[in-house]
Amino acid sequence: MATRPLTGGSGSGTTPPAAPPPLRNRLVPQNFIDGTHNYETITDIIGAVVLSPRPPMIWFIMVGLGFIGLNFMLLAITWLLLQGIGIWGNNIPVAWSWDIVNFVWWIGIGHAGTLISAILLLMRQQWRNSINRFAEAMTVFAVMCAGLYPLLHTGRPWVDYWLFPYPNILAMWPQFRSPLCWDVFAVTTYFTVSVLFWFLGLIPDIATLRDRSTSKFAKFAYGLAGLGWKGSAKHWFRYEQSYNILAGLSAPLVLSVHTIVSFDFAVGIVPGWHTTIFPPYFVAGAVFAGFAMVLTFGLPLRALYGLKDFITDKHIDWMAKITLATGLIVFYGYILEMFYGWYSGNVYEMGLVYHRLFGPYKWFYYALLFCNGVWPQFLWSPAIRRNMPFLWVTSIVIGIGMWLERFVIIPVSLTRDFLPSSWGSYSPTLWDWMLFLGTMGFFTFLLFLFVKFLPMINIFEMRDLHYRYTGGHGNGNGHNGNGNGHNGNGDHATDGEKVLTNQERSALPETRGGSA
Amino acid sequence: MHTEGNVLVQSPIYGVIAEFHDPDMLMSAAERAREAGYRRMDAYSPFPIHGLAETIGFEDARIPWLAFGGGIFGAVSGFMLLTWVSVIDYPWNVGGRPLLSWPQFIPITFECTILFAALTAFGSQFFLNGLPKPYDPIFNARNFDRASQDGFFLCIEAEDMKFDVEETQAFLRTLGADDVSPVER
Repeated sequence: MATRPLTGGSGSGTTPPAAPPPLRNRLVPQNFIDGTHNYETITDIIGAVVLSPRPPMIWFIMVGLGFIGLNFMLLAITWLLLQGIGIWGNNIPVAWSWDIVNFVWWIGIGHAGTLISAILLLMRQQWRNSINRFAEAMTVFAVMCAGLYPLLHTGRPWVDYWLFPYPNILAMWPQFRSPLCWDVFAVTTYFTVSVLFWFLGLIPDIATLRDRSTSKFAKFAYGLAGLGWKGSAKHWFRYEQSYNILAGLSAPLVLSVHTIVSFDFAVGIVPGWHTTIFPPYFVAGAVFAGFAMVLTFGLPLRALYGLKDFITDKHIDWMAKITLATGLIVFYGYILEMFYGWYSGNVYEMGLVYHRLFGPYKWFYYALLFCNGVWPQFLWSPAIRRNMPFLWVTSIVIGIGMWLERFVIIPVSLTRDFLPSSWGSYSPTLWDWMLFLGTMGFFTFLLFLFVKFLPMINIFEMRDLHYRYTGGHGNGNGHNGNGNGHNGNGDHATDGEKVLTNQERSALPETRGGSA
Repeated sequence: MHTEGNVLVQSPIYGVIAEFHDPDMLMSAAERAREAGYRRMDAYSPFPIHGLAETIGFEDARIPWLAFGGGIFGAVSGFMLLTWVSVIDYPWNVGGRPLLSWPQFIPITFECTILFAALTAFGSQFFLNGLPKPYDPIFNARNFDRASQDGFFLCIEAEDMKFDVEETQAFLRTLGADDVSPVER
């Protein structure tokens, strides 16, 4: 449990801190792995989630529920293809409703993955290493769910390839000046880059699974997927170059994607949409929802698979803080939306503010303010950030709040047009519900399959973290100690004899530092 | 790695490999092997060790440039596509607005830039590393499955001018390796 400072060196090993530093002084980098570990135990614990012969019962239950949801989704899609989107609650003037609400909601959830994996990597936030793999998987699956909606909403999904500028004899091109067309490029690019980034990160870990698995089939499958990775220094060199470039590209990409999504609205002149706050407000909302979703799935998985040493309370605490920070940006967005309504001096803009506050959908708006504005304020309290059940509930509340936000922005705005004669109302149908719950099932299904078949924590980066903070065995000289490293072990009396196993060797200074 | 080289190509020995239990020891061993005049070698580790590639005399700055080129290609081709479509192939007069409305082309141009740069960075990593490669002689090394877990290896390849099966093994033993063994092809 000892928290080792980055530059502690062997000094911290000999004189362990008398007490853990007070909470407020935790600005110095710390070890992001709790407990006593070495390379072997790290590999073992994370690998065991995948390689253990029988997953826990709850896994079967979740995959089963997800599979049921997936089938509802397929049913909803099939009926949609047969009947057309008239089976949804969409109408005129509310031509965009749950399909677009859910598209924006899902794609926002995906953004936390990219933020964690790319932006935190570029900022050298090493605590990301425990959660990035899982969050990236969420990104990929959430974007899959998101992409379904606009594709289905085109009405004739079988000609969706018309969205792309391919050489054709129709004498037609996509409207490149439309944000909807930008969306096509943004979302497909985002999905492609997310998959590449995710897969690139997985390769060394797949190689680990290849080398650890005992069943012939698993060895073959992981051998195939690992592409013959051998951990060569030359390969690592190019690997890191490539990985960092992908991270550098993903960071502006993720900002551009939700900016473009917000353009879908902001470029239109519908009251409540036509504001410049939309891009930053949407991006912050995406990160807010995404971190909440990481917590929603991360907290139970962490408990279920005993990964508390790797996804430590500190990780949870910091994720909660980011959630709070982005939540405040989002709340600021709500305030500014009202301000704009007033400041525009436009009767329709102001009318929409009244419509939100006092119209037939006012309860959705109040619920939104409660979920995203009021409830997250609990996260100011450190005690609540450490209270896992409460935090989990908070993450669900935020998920609901962010869904409500999109509902308030999209259908609620559309029910009030410029002419009272074209005002309308909206309510979803059974098929809207079925498709939405279906995509949740699809997401859950994929996520739990991922947890079973691929390592949900980046193993090689955890080894790297272990090495950075302990030198692999408590020697804090870390990776800078080129020539020093070998001699630097001299302060361990046993090291020169080379009779200890690796495990004992690695455990030695850890226990010495931790037990005192 | 590379098959071109000198007369030792016929040898059934790929190289000799030393196993270490500690990245710092691997690093200093690589340094000393380099000082001793060995050039054709590679190190294997379960996580990237910064500076190790440079220590074994490896440098390659191509990927960033390739990715940059990919990005330029994406930007130019994306913008050209939009321009060609909007100005030449399908000019559409919307209330007299300019056909080359370039600010509206920026989002797609940007996405194309990212897409092609990312594809290039991803693809060139595999291409330059020679992956996928299901069989590699190094997999014959004793205990090599630890290289993806907790083993740190230094392999001096038979193609090295200074290589001699016995002498090189003896040399590696002086570096404090846990285990030294030849690797068959």
